[in-house]
Amino acid sequence: MAVTSARTSDRTMPPGLTRDQLLELYYYMRLTRSLEERLVNLYRQTKVVGGLFRSLGQEADAVGSAYALERSKGDILSPLIRNLGSMLVQGATPVEILRQYMAKGDSPTRGRELNIHFGDTVRGFIGQISHLGDMVPVMAGVTLSFKLRGQDRVGLVYVGDGATSTGAFHEGINFAAVQRCPLVVIVENNGYAYSTPTSKQTACASFKDKALGYGIPGVRADGNDVVATYQVTKEAVDRARAGEGVTLIELTTYRRKGHAEHDNQSYVPPGEIDRWARENDPLDRYTRELTTGQGIASSELEELDGRVRGEVDRATDEAEASPAPEPRDALRGVYADPAEVPALWYREGIRSAVETHERPSSWGTHDG
Amino acid sequence: MAETTYLEAIRQALFEEMERDPDVLCLGEDIGVYGGAFKVTDGLQARFGESRVIDTPLSEAAIVGAAAGAAHMGMRPVCEMQFIDFISCAYDMLTNYVATARYRAFLPCPMVVRGPSGGYVRGGPFHSQNPEAAFLHTPGLKIVYPATASDAKGLLKAAIRDEDCVLFFEHKYLYRRIKEELPPGDHVVPIGKARLAREGRDLSIITYAATVWKALEAAEQLEREGNLSVEVLDLRSLLPMDDDAIAQTVRKTNRVLIVHEDTVTGGVAGEISARINDLAFEWLDAPIKRVGAHDVPLPYAPQLEDFVLPQTADIVKAARWLAEY
Ligand SMILES: Cc1ncc(C[n+]2csc(CCOP(=O)(O)OP(=O)(O)O)c2C)c(N)n1
Ligand SMILES: [Mg+2]
Repeated sequence: MAVTSARTSDRTMPPGLTRDQLLELYYYMRLTRSLEERLVNLYRQTKVVGGLFRSLGQEADAVGSAYALERSKGDILSPLIRNLGSMLVQGATPVEILRQYMAKGDSPTRGRELNIHFGDTVRGFIGQISHLGDMVPVMAGVTLSFKLRGQDRVGLVYVGDGATSTGAFHEGINFAAVQRCPLVVIVENNGYAYSTPTSKQTACASFKDKALGYGIPGVRADGNDVVATYQVTKEAVDRARAGEGVTLIELTTYRRKGHAEHDNQSYVPPGEIDRWARENDPLDRYTRELTTGQGIASSELEELDGRVRGEVDRATDEAEASPAPEPRDALRGVYADPAEVPALWYREGIRSAVETHERPSSWGTHDG
Repeated sequence: MAETTYLEAIRQALFEEMERDPDVLCLGEDIGVYGGAFKVTDGLQARFGESRVIDTPLSEAAIVGAAAGAAHMGMRPVCEMQFIDFISCAYDMLTNYVATARYRAFLPCPMVVRGPSGGYVRGGPFHSQNPEAAFLHTPGLKIVYPATASDAKGLLKAAIRDEDCVLFFEHKYLYRRIKEELPPGDHVVPIGKARLAREGRDLSIITYAATVWKALEAAEQLEREGNLSVEVLDLRSLLPMDDDAIAQTVRKTNRVLIVHEDTVTGGVAGEISARINDLAFEWLDAPIKRVGAHDVPLPYAPQLEDFVLPQTADIVKAARWLAEY
């Protein structure tokens, strides 16, 4: 894949973005990367309980797209496993992420769910489940509610190239298209679904072509160009807000790490990962763009890097000091009512269990 | 002879059946080039080629549906769910289409759906499930859930040769943790037959899958500490269920504890308990008791998962209560 810096360098100030916003995009990308690097350290120290999923090399598409939403209007997104950056943009904090991965009792899900599977509808993100594709119909419903209530709100849902093969994806995007829901669907094409290359996932030349079948516009953009990602998403968000319905956006990027930390990527052709790292790293590209194209001093970016380091360090200290969950908390919150389900009889102690079996004095009769 | 893990035993069965019958093929996500998320199918594509070991799109419903169609035409597909939790995406195909095909349309579905199941691995709510009970009340499906390497191999071979659809649950906690010397030759374990995992006189634990090992651990402890003689029956097959073996152990010990990892409400234990009521009520000296998971989604944090799932100590406690009753 050729570097597209030629395309980005003839741009002057990108439309609709202030200098501060350009720096904010940089900040969120750097925060994503640094936070994940910290997670790798914690994973190696076995402090991360489950698997670790990286978005190395994909930070721009998550950050740029989420940045096109308006938090002040109550827009909501639903991220995928590699969209940590989008959650940070919506206000998720590093300490929350770290506590989640470390299964702490004061994590957003109180230790119930893994990694970035959590949400906050107030800040504007809804946690995914593992079953891929499921969030598309859910976000169709979220945005249907915006439409029905006449609210000026927009939804954004991410799916991977792999997840587009699920029935849920198809049903959800079709439903949203028919209902003209204010929804943006981003297909994050990072080349692989676990070990499966996109050539084995779809016979389409491009994921954007799928839009044709749903009667909605389909566009494609360079997901490693944060500003391009922002712009293409912004257009789709504006369309949605104007009542013009769903847009499918394919963002092309590349998964430089394995599916999760354990995956050695033996199935990747030699040189492919290095080439992307060398020629198409979204942070490197954006750094060049800001310093060369926008005339921002490197020292200013380094200052941001320092701020991010400090934030991640503080968050790590806080998360490490967090308590483990209280075992009995597992019984709370399955239903609104009852708020807690009972522990099983053998956990209550043998005596009380014996007492629950009231025995008549003569066996099997009632005339005792 | 070398010992073989539960995981390798499954792979051996796949190799041997593909070798034996050119109509056997494997379908699944990342099973070919990568060899599967747990490496169960490692080496299979290198040996049998891309057309018999197919890396599919991420589409459980299509995997199962396509397997059914190929099975109608006389092939013997083996589908892998990357985690058995994703079998829910193929629930419609399995329960509506596959399970009824023979009965309503005289179309055979000789196929297997297999995948890593179960908890105790910090997998969280969607990588730990035991959905066997969700299929137990679907006539037309068969369900097996082996606890040993030998049974894993023998039951998978039987499942592939069966004329109907068999759901083959593999416990991922057992994949690499247990191993044994496998019987030589073409080792086939008949579907529908339980296995007496331990003989005893005072009470019976009826169980399957990973909790067989917890039951055995509990039985040893009870023998050591309480002089209790505990029998452990490993069901191996849940559908069909071995009524004879169940009745036999109840008649022998007169006290029954049913243990499974799945949640208690609506779990397989309810069905087993009802069968005992039908088959051997008069032989009981105590109420039938169940040990299983609490009725909550399975949480991720170790402290929570350990609390929710049945542990050896729970089995010991419940068995003592039953013995004293
Ligand atoms: C319905 C379903 N089937 C299988 C899986 C197992 N699985 C988890 S991630 C993954 C690959 C996902 O690829 P893609 O959608 O491209 O997302 P990426 O990991 O590349 O971000 C698979 C097969 C799942 N989570 N859900
Ligand atoms: Mg992908």
